[in-house]
Amino acid sequence: MNFLNAAIKRELLLALRNRSEIINPLAFFLLVITLFPLAVSPEAKVLANIAPGIIWVAALLATLLSMDSLFKNDYDDGSLEQIVVSPQSLALLALGKVISHWLSTGFLLALLSPVLAVMLFLPSEAMPALVGSLLIGTPTLSLIGAIGAALTVGLRKGGVLISLLVLPLYIPVLIFGAATVQAGALNLPISGHLALLGAMMVFTLLLAPFAIAAALKLSIRN
Amino acid sequence: MNIKMPKWFYQLASPKWSYDIMGMLMPWFGLAALLLLVTGIVWGLMFAPPDYQQGNSYRIIYIHVPSAILAQSCFMLMAVAGIIGMVWKMKVAHIVAKSAAPIGASMTIIALSTGAIWGKPTWGAWWVWDARLTSMLILLFLYLGIIALYSAFSNKASGDQAASILTLVGVVNIPIIKYSVEWWNTLHQPASFTLTKKPAMPPEMWVPLLIMVLGYYCFFAYVLMARTRIELLEREHKSGWVTALLTDTP
Repeated sequence: MNFLNAAIKRELLLALRNRSEIINPLAFFLLVITLFPLAVSPEAKVLANIAPGIIWVAALLATLLSMDSLFKNDYDDGSLEQIVVSPQSLALLALGKVISHWLSTGFLLALLSPVLAVMLFLPSEAMPALVGSLLIGTPTLSLIGAIGAALTVGLRKGGVLISLLVLPLYIPVLIFGAATVQAGALNLPISGHLALLGAMMVFTLLLAPFAIAAALKLSIRN
Repeated sequence: MNIKMPKWFYQLASPKWSYDIMGMLMPWFGLAALLLLVTGIVWGLMFAPPDYQQGNSYRIIYIHVPSAILAQSCFMLMAVAGIIGMVWKMKVAHIVAKSAAPIGASMTIIALSTGAIWGKPTWGAWWVWDARLTSMLILLFLYLGIIALYSAFSNKASGDQAASILTLVGVVNIPIIKYSVEWWNTLHQPASFTLTKKPAMPPEMWVPLLIMVLGYYCFFAYVLMARTRIELLEREHKSGWVTALLTDTP
């Protein structure tokens, strides 16, 4: 547990010292959302209809965008190798990295989302569903994305490849995430959708760290 | 790991042994595939009775269902081969998984495109965003991702392992595809074959379909072995048995 704490602290400190890594995904999130009223229609009715989907897709892409650098710095300066050969559990370190990654992207995206929802005329009844689904859904995105990042960290052209690997696996989360917000906008119960998102999170939380660790080990060897 | 496996399992680890045994089995599977596919397609397209609702358009089922079944079976095979390759460090298992990926991707494309052609007369649309269709599309993306990952690594052993990890992660999609027609109320009809229940079709319809499925499996085995043998030769081109093999043949 101490090791996990230390790992999270280190990553958060690194993120705070290098603020652009925190701000870039958020700015990207905002920018993508801005494109839709300009491209589709600025009408409130249309936007309110598509808002749940847009916000979820934008959050997903912002998470994906920030995934690429998750292990890159540690891989480049060799500290990843040191961590792999150290007696500490690699899966635990991976988990720590993912948690701090989520705190600096997914969590902030969820906090920012109500502002964007207002800009897209999403009814205010849907706000709890929006923030709730993002809070529960984005950890899954970070965990799955980290598998892709770990698999491609040793490759020179990892950027496009990681989206090809990870996006298909993101689709179930997207479906249920957007469905939660839509249900919320119609004043329907959302607890079932949230429970499914939660189940996905628990499932990936249990298994993903081991897949990430295995992927990191092979990336080091490559 | 102290699990005792049968002897042939360990023999599979030898590229030469696998190459030889596959060369021996291949013609039989090829012959079986030819017989079954010809019988099934002639029976299904010409002699099976037309459907009382869909008329003759349902006959695409004889292509659509077997390829869809194969698309999923192939992914399971790749996952099992990936586990064997990672647990027992068996190179041949990884090579089998790698050779299977493009076949599975093609089967998925066939299933999706025949489904689209079938959907037009029955549903009135080429494509609907139905759970079964979407999850098959995801399966296609997974296949493409795995193939891309294999080719991204210059070190083949690392590529094998990376793709195996991705395959194992992607396996969660298989039950979703399988049960999508039961969990969600969708346009797509439920499974044509199950092990426990009698098919909803009369025997004149499902027997040729079963023959087609078996034929597809034999065809799959045939192509898989052919691809695996070529990959084995490529990977082992520096070893003695390949040199001996290539110089012996007149």
